[in-house]
Amino acid sequence: MPEVLLRKKLACVEEIFHEGGPPAAKPLRRAAAIAVIRNPYAGHYVAEIESFMDDLKPLGLEMARTLVAALGGDPKIIEGYGKGAIVGSAGELEHGALWHAPGGYGMREVLGGAKAIVASTKKVGGPGTRLDVPITHVNASYVRSHFDSMEVGITDAPRADEILLALVMTTGPRVHARAGGLKASEIKGEDGLR
Amino acid sequence: MKAKIRKIATFVEETHREMDREISPPTRRAAAVAVIENPCAGKYVEDLSELMVIGEELGELLATRAVAALGIPGPSAESYGKAAAVGENGELEHAAAILHPKLGTSVRRVLGKGAALIPSSKKRGGLGVVLDIPLGHKDAAFVRSHFDGMEVRINDAPRANEIMVAVAVTDSGRPLPRVGGLTKDQIKGEDGLR
Repeated sequence: MPEVLLRKKLACVEEIFHEGGPPAAKPLRRAAAIAVIRNPYAGHYVAEIESFMDDLKPLGLEMARTLVAALGGDPKIIEGYGKGAIVGSAGELEHGALWHAPGGYGMREVLGGAKAIVASTKKVGGPGTRLDVPITHVNASYVRSHFDSMEVGITDAPRADEILLALVMTTGPRVHARAGGLKASEIKGEDGLR
Repeated sequence: MKAKIRKIATFVEETHREMDREISPPTRRAAAVAVIENPCAGKYVEDLSELMVIGEELGELLATRAVAALGIPGPSAESYGKAAAVGENGELEHAAAILHPKLGTSVRRVLGKGAALIPSSKKRGGLGVVLDIPLGHKDAAFVRSHFDGMEVRINDAPRANEIMVAVAVTDSGRPLPRVGGLTKDQIKGEDGLR
């Protein structure tokens, strides 16, 4: 089992008061937790990589807890989430896919069983690559007011033999959401979609 | 508050490994960034005192946020820095008016001390412009292990009529300092230099 070797962590919190319209009664907050780890499969093709997902589980949980703490400590106020990965140049896109299960289940566990699939994105890139992590409602993917994204990145990561892993959470809709669609108040919350 | 704030972002970076050596405890830096309306955008304004007052407010707000993000009392901060990016309808001098006359005093109020000059940088730029905040030891500018910098960026700021103002604080120097010079245990802390 490869060891998870952590080089660096970054936590970012954005608090959005307005975007040219009336200031929100409750500012929207978004947070991202990022970890830069060594890619145990960098430099050559490895067929069996699945076991690394188990190794990443504690990190997924820890990052999910970091996000809840950064947003005030109460998992009940989390309304949106997303995840992403950037694989350094000596790795392959498939290595980024190893983050799906540990990142997603880490957040679900901390949030007490969120129903919606966790929106995600991934790519291969050099140090300083930016990633637009997609965000959707934690219980119903179709809630239009909660379609959002948060840009993340670190100047000196990922190096060639590293993977940058990201989780994001938000506390509400876009600050001036008014594009219609399914509302958070209309969620049935059975299938994770509506 | 005089400043019209659209958004506040905080960033906390921890370095756990560098060149495969464990950094224990991890070195940590935090930056707090406010995106505000530039009251002087789009025209030449001779008297910039409004921006100076805004600088004083933001110094306290951002230094408080940055040390809170590190979870340390103000006096435990080791190094600091400040920077501003003015949107395209503003003038470099607007950044100077925010950063130089009054911001430092309120930052020092939060940190308890701060005999050294607060290193600074400023620029004009568009959305997503990168700010490199220079860092230096807060009580003795010559402490070589603490010469550093922290990059911050917000993808949707500064808009043309905005200013992005940043304060960075650390609880440590570079991860593996070994280029000699004055060390922090040799500080006299009288003149802000040594």
